Amino acid sequence: MRVQAGLRKERLDRGIKARTDDIFAIGSPREIMYLTMPRVVVIAALFTFPLLKDFTGMYWQNVMMITATIALLALSWDMLHSVGLVSLGQALFFGVGAYTTGYLNYHLGISPYISIPMATVVGAFICTAILFPVLRLRGIYFGLITFALPLLMMRVIEATKILGGTEGMSGLTPLPGITIKLYVIIAVALVCVFGFQRLFDTDYGLVLKAIRDNDRTVIAAGFDVQWYKAQALFIAALPATFAGAFLSHHYQFVGMPAFAMDYSILPLASVIIGGPGSFVGAMLGAFILVPLSEFLRAFGTLRIVIYSLMMLIFVVGVPEGIFHYLKRKYHQFERVVSIEEVEKK
Amino acid sequence: MGASVVIYGLANSAILMLAALGFSLIFGLSGVANLAHGGIYLLSGFVAWILVNKLGLPFLLAFPVTVAISGILGWLIYWVVLRRVRGMHLSEVIATFAVGVIILELFRYLGFVTFEFNIPVIMRGGTEILGVGIDYQRLIIIGLGILLALLLWFFAHYTKIGMALRGMAQDEYTALSLGIDSDWAAALSMALGSAMAALAALLILPLGIISINMGYEVLIWVLAVTVLGGMESTIGLIVASLLLGFAKTVTGTYFDPKYMEVVYLLSLVLVLAVKPSGLFGKFKELEERV
Amino acid sequence: MSKEIILEVKDLSKNFGGVKAVNQVSFQLERGGAIGIIGPNGSGKSTLINLITGFVKLSSGQVHYRGKNITGLAPHKIVNLGVARSFQMAKPYYHMSVFKNLIIPLFSPRVRKLAGGKYGDRDEAAIHLLEDVGFERDSNVPYKAAGSLPHGYVKRLELARCLALEPDLIILDELFSGMSMSEVASILPFLESLREEGKTLIMVEHRLRELFRVVDKAIVLNFGHKIAEGSPEEVMNNEEVRKAYLGSEVDSGA
Repeated sequence: MRVQAGLRKERLDRGIKARTDDIFAIGSPREIMYLTMPRVVVIAALFTFPLLKDFTGMYWQNVMMITATIALLALSWDMLHSVGLVSLGQALFFGVGAYTTGYLNYHLGISPYISIPMATVVGAFICTAILFPVLRLRGIYFGLITFALPLLMMRVIEATKILGGTEGMSGLTPLPGITIKLYVIIAVALVCVFGFQRLFDTDYGLVLKAIRDNDRTVIAAGFDVQWYKAQALFIAALPATFAGAFLSHHYQFVGMPAFAMDYSILPLASVIIGGPGSFVGAMLGAFILVPLSEFLRAFGTLRIVIYSLMMLIFVVGVPEGIFHYLKRKYHQFERVVSIEEVEKK
Repeated sequence: MGASVVIYGLANSAILMLAALGFSLIFGLSGVANLAHGGIYLLSGFVAWILVNKLGLPFLLAFPVTVAISGILGWLIYWVVLRRVRGMHLSEVIATFAVGVIILELFRYLGFVTFEFNIPVIMRGGTEILGVGIDYQRLIIIGLGILLALLLWFFAHYTKIGMALRGMAQDEYTALSLGIDSDWAAALSMALGSAMAALAALLILPLGIISINMGYEVLIWVLAVTVLGGMESTIGLIVASLLLGFAKTVTGTYFDPKYMEVVYLLSLVLVLAVKPSGLFGKFKELEERV
Repeated sequence: MSKEIILEVKDLSKNFGGVKAVNQVSFQLERGGAIGIIGPNGSGKSTLINLITGFVKLSSGQVHYRGKNITGLAPHKIVNLGVARSFQMAKPYYHMSVFKNLIIPLFSPRVRKLAGGKYGDRDEAAIHLLEDVGFERDSNVPYKAAGSLPHGYVKRLELARCLALEPDLIILDELFSGMSMSEVASILPFLESLREEGKTLIMVEHRLRELFRVVDKAIVLNFGHKIAEGSPEEVMNNEEVRKAYLGSEVDSGA
């Protein structure tokens, strides 16, 4: 005789998910909608926002700028994390990008349309070169060095007064209109999200994932792991240095604050809360935290405490992050089921 | 001039070493890179200040009380936070980083930013050595620094507990199979490291005022010293402290004092360029993992 | 009829602090040969493998592979020359499917250069490799996460991983450890067939009975020294070898 011995939770794919698992999803409009709707809705919302300028006011448009910037830094972090590197100093990339374009524009008079791309690539190259020796060592070493470098850069700039010292370089050439700027930065962020996701679907991306899992075996498969890590580092640096360069022309100013801890903490908290590993999570986290941070502006530096606390709670208690939770909910449902067992006589 | 450099060089070196000892202890004994070190350092200063100024305790009593409180805090940080991410080094670092930021920014928010915050030295006044005037506090720092370094070496290498903890850090499976409780070991090392941070804070902070940026500054010192000396080496710690301490003093005396900060950056860059694992670093890169 | 000397190891030594883990070990191996490296625990067998394959820097000595001096070469470069090795503590990529675990070596520079190889298409190659090492045909095990495999299959995957690299020299570090008698028995014919194809084998093993069915020569290490070399019978009858093993488990089936 079967008897209920207890209860357990069961997760099952929703019917529509099971049907859309392979190419036959194209057959039905409903299934196509199921797959594409989340992405389409989000992208549409993102692209409509700048047009609502008059409705939301300049203040929130600027907030969107910063959100997109943090999203880029968070995406960069997620890319590094996918190869097994934890960066505690995204501000390093941001600052290097910022100062490179600052130097090119302020001292050499190069137009931002050239200096920004240049700063992105050259900045990424500089950061890769600086961090290359650390790649050989354990993952946390990378974290410690990236933590220390931006702080040091700030103090050195302050002490030696190079590149403008405490005053920085102001009066950088501006970029046209807020709307265009927003579109550019949002577009770049989306390109990164999809680009990185596609990258990790390729064989090359598989090797990168494997390096994170077990780099010894990857070496034993004949790959020059250091070189791969360096490539990944370079690719990851690009969105971050771009963000630094771009934002500098938005504010028309580069100074020590480019290396500020905020640019390290906020992206980190965003990814941890949004969910590392999915890239979308990084963006999601940024879109939650930055506006939240703006709401809390009245509380001064308590904001930092609050989102650091959130980050702590998530990293310790909810490591999968919000995005994976949402995704799971979208694709699966849970129900409580009784455990049966045969009654022993 | 020369004698002044020697004396103050020693003092600066001792300061660096004291500050870094706690961090190095935790890393060597439990494998955790405790980025909350700066936060605990600063917190200890404030706790001592509160004990002395708000509760009226004499400093000589507040001193050990603060050290104990910090030790307990370290223990708690392990049990409440780190235990859940034990072994996942990347998450551990993020967690300690978050804790450090929370502590420091919380204090900043609560308004501990003006210059009334200082804690007293142990002994006022000074003396002359080799014709150079130096305060007693710095002399105490030098003396205690040497003493603690020796004690630490002895503890880690010659006592049962110390060796058990080191065994834990180096090979957890084996240590576990020998009956050493991983959680207790790690919590203990966090407690000791935090107590050491408090000790360092209470000796060094009196030389100036307590400011939030000290929390981050200490982390820079610690990282510069441990990167230069090598993460798991006590000798490396001592040598690196001496090198950086003297480099700082020489720069300040013969060049411009503002270039002292550059010393840390330069040393970091140089170490990375030449030998990333540090002077006495035991990061054998691949070897240790095969 | 002399065969090509595929591997020559000369006076290889490794110092760890004051301990000589490997002490002046030398041997030669011909193409198509199979040699076993045996010895009590801690005798330096794995270290020797690590030295030959470049995973640990050697203190002194030389290694020549197919006439080329590979001493001090980076491990991934040695792999790409045709040397594949398994690890004693086999760790697959836990989160990836078994299939994907093989795609990685199949994507390696060496295999990409040799393009095509024995099995043609890469996905086909992966399936064939898995079948060769004993995964059941047409099962869905390859799509499961590698972390969920039972131990015997993890070892087989490790072997498949090595073979995916199309090596000339295969070095197996305790492949049999943890496998049941029947699992080992099922894999022996495959190892023999590898030799027939012209591949050269080095096997570090504790399970001597099974080992001696594959190899025709053995080297015995003790405390880092090579104390004996010869056929299985010669080596097992060697007085010093017996003394070295005294006290530890020996199943030599003598």
